[in-house]
Amino acid sequence: MKHTISVLLQNKPGVLSRVTGLFSGRGFNIESLSVAETLESSISCLTLVTRGDEAIIEQITKQLHKLIDVIKVTDISDSEYVEREMVLIRVKAEAQTRAEVLRVIDIFRGKVVDVSPKSYAVEVTGSASKVQAIIDILKPIGIQEIVRTGTIAMARASKK
Amino acid sequence: MEKISGSQAIIRCLQEEGVKIIFGFPGGAVIDLYDALMDSEITNVLVRHEQGAVHAADGLARVTGEVGVALLTSGPGATNGVTAIATAYMDSIPLVILTGQVPTALIGNDAFQEVDIVGITRPCTKHNYLVKDVKDLVPTLREAFHIARTGRPGPVLVDLPKDVVAKMVDFTEKKPIRMQNYQPTYEPHPGQIEKACKKILKAKNPVLYVGGGVILSNASEELTELAKKLNIPVTMTLMGLGGFPGSDPLSMGMLGMHGSYTANMAVAHSDLLIAVGARFDDRVTGRLDAFAPHATIIHIDIDPTSISKNVKVDIPIVADCKNALLAINTWFNNSADFNRDQIIASHEPWLATIDEWTKKHPMCYIDEGEIIKPQYVIEMLDKLTHGDAIITTEVGQNQMWAAQFYKFNKPRQWATSGGLGTMGYGLPAAIGAKMAFPDKTVIDVAGDGSIQMNIQELATAKQYKCPVKVAILNNNYLGMVRQWQELFYNKRYAGTVMEVTPDFVMLAQAYGAVGLRATKKSEVEAVIKEALATDNTVMMDFVIAREECVFPMVPAGKATTDMLLV
Repeated sequence: MKHTISVLLQNKPGVLSRVTGLFSGRGFNIESLSVAETLESSISCLTLVTRGDEAIIEQITKQLHKLIDVIKVTDISDSEYVEREMVLIRVKAEAQTRAEVLRVIDIFRGKVVDVSPKSYAVEVTGSASKVQAIIDILKPIGIQEIVRTGTIAMARASKK
Repeated sequence: MEKISGSQAIIRCLQEEGVKIIFGFPGGAVIDLYDALMDSEITNVLVRHEQGAVHAADGLARVTGEVGVALLTSGPGATNGVTAIATAYMDSIPLVILTGQVPTALIGNDAFQEVDIVGITRPCTKHNYLVKDVKDLVPTLREAFHIARTGRPGPVLVDLPKDVVAKMVDFTEKKPIRMQNYQPTYEPHPGQIEKACKKILKAKNPVLYVGGGVILSNASEELTELAKKLNIPVTMTLMGLGGFPGSDPLSMGMLGMHGSYTANMAVAHSDLLIAVGARFDDRVTGRLDAFAPHATIIHIDIDPTSISKNVKVDIPIVADCKNALLAINTWFNNSADFNRDQIIASHEPWLATIDEWTKKHPMCYIDEGEIIKPQYVIEMLDKLTHGDAIITTEVGQNQMWAAQFYKFNKPRQWATSGGLGTMGYGLPAAIGAKMAFPDKTVIDVAGDGSIQMNIQELATAKQYKCPVKVAILNNNYLGMVRQWQELFYNKRYAGTVMEVTPDFVMLAQAYGAVGLRATKKSEVEAVIKEALATDNTVMMDFVIAREECVFPMVPAGKATTDMLLV
């Protein structure tokens, strides 16, 4: 099963390498990984998406927690959460497809961020599945380049 | 505040931590440190290879329980230490390794003797540091010692650029270390203790399965109390030997691949397995689905990642072994449900079954007249040292025979590379142990193959008047691999025949040590006696039965009840 894990860690050289080294060394897989500073510049937040059965996810969270530079590990997918990913897609847009591309972008609430005579660069934000959906739709038209940020996620606040 | 040089500050930190001996090998990047060391009271042991330095520090740490310290230079000095660092990491041994580094301005430039040792050792240290600013030097060293010795212990490496240790620094006073992100759980959860104790009361066929954690947390006394209070048989892992007295009637010896028939049968038939400071290693469990199939499992360990890693645990207790065992003993002492005589009596049928297993297949070997059996050598070592020596080992058959036939009655008299299985561990570890306890007999049980991996340390032993004894079980083979080839590879001895082996007696003499040899069983006792009576480093060469195998043996991947026996 897919799990989204949020990790708070010391913002120091080599810390990311400890995390990725842990995954490669123990044969855990990383589907996506995204990391940046939090409000406090000495602490980073890392969101990673991984797959595994319950026992593997338990090991992953315990092993992450064991790293000295890791402050907090949360399996966000344990509760309600929102996830977002952003993708930049350069799609072929020639005379006969330009209108069609714009329609698709509109349906996905995307934005055109760069225009050339033969292509559009498009920005789309959403859940990983939405991002995948627009990629699937645009593929037959001709995707020339694609860059994804990887998922970031946040647990929903308690409703009480 | 006092200003001193970085290297003086390092020495001051070492003294603050109670370090009396360090093991190392100098080089350009650590000259300043060695210079400062010369004026201190710390004994600096010059080894002959950096691997030896770290193993020696490791040997010292295992027998004393203190943090061992090694000092290596940059580049090849540091990389030579890596195998030994990994050895300590796998066995959770507290070490601080100081490595020299090229000056900060040169880092990343492929400078002479530069290597990214922090990157290289990231997966085989508990933690590591590169100190880039002299202001961080003292706090980092204090943190390194703190991390090495607390929680699940382990090696911590501190990389020290040459310019950083040369700078002047304020030596600040030591304050208690508090790390927001590192707080090991020492105290067990009372609810889990109660759950475990209630389960223990109901068990008919309980087994205590004891690992190195019991040694590391100095919990032997509490463990022995629990076993005796409830009449529970005990088996130990390779790392746990000495955690419970080996000659006690409740001891079933070691379990696992080369464990006793009794221990493996008992685990397989137990209804409750109480794992204490053990980690369900593949050499212990064999085929996982056949390991303790009928048992409820209680697991006490300070490291949460050890729990339910290989085997699903029913009652996890994250805590220091000593505290958890104390809490369990206290619970029984205060419990109205606990009737000691009744429990002891209720386990009698189980102990009788265990006795039958031992009678059926005791730990044994076949005597062949004047041919020296390696097991006999270990038995004689045990007898002539009254089971009181510190034993270190190399890795392979020699290690398994030592584990099987020496009766370890006390913790910290046994130092062996369990997790990593590092050949070449025993001799430098013996030197470390002997430096810590000069009055104790220290014996390295070796094979003719593995002794040659760090034999250069004989010179270290000589230089520091460190009369360790080496007992080589010499079969002119890399015996353990040869045994696998005999049993599973149609006797194709690929790469395991030592066609050229030095004359160990002459080699010992070349180092200024004493060399002794026994080729017949009747000579063994006299050789050992002479070695023990000699106030010099002694290498004993026992020419043993060439194709003797270690039995029992559970073939890799088989159930532990599938044992090949003598």
